[in-house]
Amino acid sequence: MPAMTYLEAISDALREEMRADERVFAMGEDVGALGGAFKVTDGLVEEFGEARVIDTPLAEAAIVGTAVGAAVVGMRPVCEMQFADFVACGFDQLVNVAGKTHYRLGVAVPLVVRLPSGGGFSGGPFHSQSPEAWFMHAPGIKVLAPSTPADAKGLLIAAIRDPNPVVYLEHKHLYRRIKGEVPKGTYATPMTARVAREGTDLTVIAYGAMVHAALDATEDLDASVEVLDLRSLVPLDADAILASVAKTSKVLIVDEANETCAAGAQVAALIAERAFEQLDGPIRRVASPDVPIPFSPPLEQAVIPTVNRIRDACRDLLDY
Amino acid sequence: MEWLSRADRVELLRAMLMMRAIEARALVLYRQGRVPGSFYDGFGQEAVSVGAAFAMGPRDRLCPLHRDLGAHLVRGVDPVRILAQYLGRASGVTGGRDGNVHFGDPASGVMGMVSMLPDMMCVATGMAMAFKLRGEARVALSWFGDGATSRGDFHEAMNWAGVQRLPVVFVLENNQFAYSTPLAKQFAVGPVERARVYGFPGVSVDGNDVEAVFEAVRAARERALAGEGPTLVEAVTMRMHGHAAHDDMRYVPPELLAAWAGRDPIERQERRMAAQGVDVEALRAEVDEEVAAAAEEALAAPMPDPADAARDAFAHGEAEPLGDGRAPWSGFAGEPAVAHPAPEPTA
Repeated sequence: MPAMTYLEAISDALREEMRADERVFAMGEDVGALGGAFKVTDGLVEEFGEARVIDTPLAEAAIVGTAVGAAVVGMRPVCEMQFADFVACGFDQLVNVAGKTHYRLGVAVPLVVRLPSGGGFSGGPFHSQSPEAWFMHAPGIKVLAPSTPADAKGLLIAAIRDPNPVVYLEHKHLYRRIKGEVPKGTYATPMTARVAREGTDLTVIAYGAMVHAALDATEDLDASVEVLDLRSLVPLDADAILASVAKTSKVLIVDEANETCAAGAQVAALIAERAFEQLDGPIRRVASPDVPIPFSPPLEQAVIPTVNRIRDACRDLLDY
Repeated sequence: MEWLSRADRVELLRAMLMMRAIEARALVLYRQGRVPGSFYDGFGQEAVSVGAAFAMGPRDRLCPLHRDLGAHLVRGVDPVRILAQYLGRASGVTGGRDGNVHFGDPASGVMGMVSMLPDMMCVATGMAMAFKLRGEARVALSWFGDGATSRGDFHEAMNWAGVQRLPVVFVLENNQFAYSTPLAKQFAVGPVERARVYGFPGVSVDGNDVEAVFEAVRAARERALAGEGPTLVEAVTMRMHGHAAHDDMRYVPPELLAAWAGRDPIERQERRMAAQGVDVEALRAEVDEEVAAAAEEALAAPMPDPADAARDAFAHGEAEPLGDGRAPWSGFAGEPAVAHPAPEPTA
C-alpha cells in the first residue's frame, strides 16, 4: 500500500471515482486550472477536461443548487466549498432544497459538498470554522469527518456512491501533516466509528483533527485510554459509542467546533440517555468556547482544544 | 408558421379550465376547513404555466412554483392526486409530507418547489448543466416571480447560466405583487432588461395569452437546443387572488383588479376556440364534472399513517433520476423525443 498524505488520499478518491463512473464530476471555485485553493483537485482538469472539472462563478448557493439539479437528472456532483465557512452562503440550498427533497418528493439527491474545515494555522474567523453541527441538525443530510488518509479516501468514495446529500468535512490542518497507508483502487469505508486505540479505563470520543490531538494527549498517560474516532456524525454510530462506554465507564468528548450544540453534545445526550447505569463519572467535554476562531496564534490556541487541555481533562476524569 | 393545431389549442384551454376548476374546488374545501394549512392558487395566471409547460418536450425537466398548477396537469399528473395533495391524504402526490402546490411527481419530469422562491432557478440551471455536459438535446425550465428577482439565487442562476450558455429557460411570472409588495418597491430596473447584462435575451409577453406564452417559450427552447444559451421570458400577468386564501388584498386598488378581470386568460382562449367552432360550454362542463368526481375520490381517500412520519429522510439503494413526463404538444407527436442533434459537449 502506498503512503499518502490526507490531501493526496482525498484527491485519489475523487480521481478513482471519476475514472470509474462518468456521472461523477467536480465543481467549485478555482478547482480547474488552479487545482483548488488547497490543490485537492490538482491534475483533474488535465485528465477529465473542463466539462467534468468545472470552474464555477463565485456563487456558493448556485454551486449547491446546480448540484441538486444535476443530481436529480442522474449525475453525481462533488462540490468544493473553498473553505467550509463559505458554505453558509449555500446553506439554504443544502438545507431546504437538497436535504428535504427525498422526504418530501421521494427523489434522491446524490451529491457531495466537500468542506475544507477546521483551524490551527491562523486562518482567522472566516477560514477556520467547523460547521458540522449545522448539518447534523438539518434532516436528510449525511455528515462525514475522516481523520486518517485511508478513511479520507474510503469515506469520500462512500459519500460519492451514497444516494443522499453528503457533507464531507476534510480538515485543512490534516492535509499535509498526516500521512498513512492508503489502499489502491476504489473502496468505500462504512459510515461507522473506528476504534483508533483500544483501552479499558477511559474513552475519548473525537473526530477529524481532534482524533490526533486525543491520541497525542493520551499516549503517555498512566492509564489505558480508548480513543474512538467517530468518522461519521450522521449517521452516528450509537452502538460503537455505547460499547466503548460500557467497557470503560468514563467518557471525554472532544470537539474542535464551538461547544454549544456541537456533535459532542449529541454524543453526550446519547450516553446520558442510554448508558447512565454504565457511567462511573460525569460525561466531560472539551470544545472550542462559543467565539469565532481568532487569528493570532496565542488566541487561537486558547480557543481550539489543545493536547494539554485534553490531557488535563483526561487526568481529572481518571481521578474521579 | 402555425405551431399549434386546433387540437393543441383546445388542449391549452382544457388545461387552463382544469387548473381553475381544481383550484376553485380546493378553495371551497379550504374554506370548509378540509384543507389543512394555507391555500395558494394561480387564479388569473393559468396561461403562464400551461403555455410554458406545453412547449416542453418529454425529456425536458420543469421546476414550477405555487401558481403553476397547470404545468403539473400538462405533464400528466392526475387531478385526484392533486386534490388529495391539498387534503393531506396518503394518496396525494407527496403522501402528506408537504402541502398545497409543493409537489412534483418524479414520473412527470417535474421537480417540486421549495418556498424560497428563486432557489429552483439554480436547480434548473444545474439540470441544464448536466444536459450540456452529457451532450443531450434537452432543456430545463424554471418559473419564478417578480419578488424572487430581488434574491441572490436569481442573480447566481442568471449569471451562471449566461456564463456557461446553458439550455435553460427562465419564465418570470410577473403578477404585479409579491405578497403585498408592488413592483415599484421590488426593483429599479425591470428584470427583463437585466437579462441582457447576463449575456442573453429577455423577452416580454402577454402572460394572459396562453398561445403567446407558448410561442415565446417554444422559441426560447429552440434557442437553447441550438446551443445559443438561456432566455428570460417575462409573462406579464396579474395575481387575481390574495397571496394566500387568508389575504384580503386590501393593498390592491380595486380598479386595477377590475381592469385585469377583463383580460381573463381562459375567457380569451374560449372566445378563440368558440370562433373555431369548438363547443366551449361542453368542454367546461366536462372538466367540471371530472374535477367534481376527482374531489369526491380524494375526500374518500385515507389520511397518511402517522407511523410513516419519521421515515424516509434518507434515500436507500440506487438513486433514481426524474422520469420523463407527458408532452402533449402535437409538435412532439411522431417526432423522436430528441428533435435535434445533440450539441457538442463542452471540451
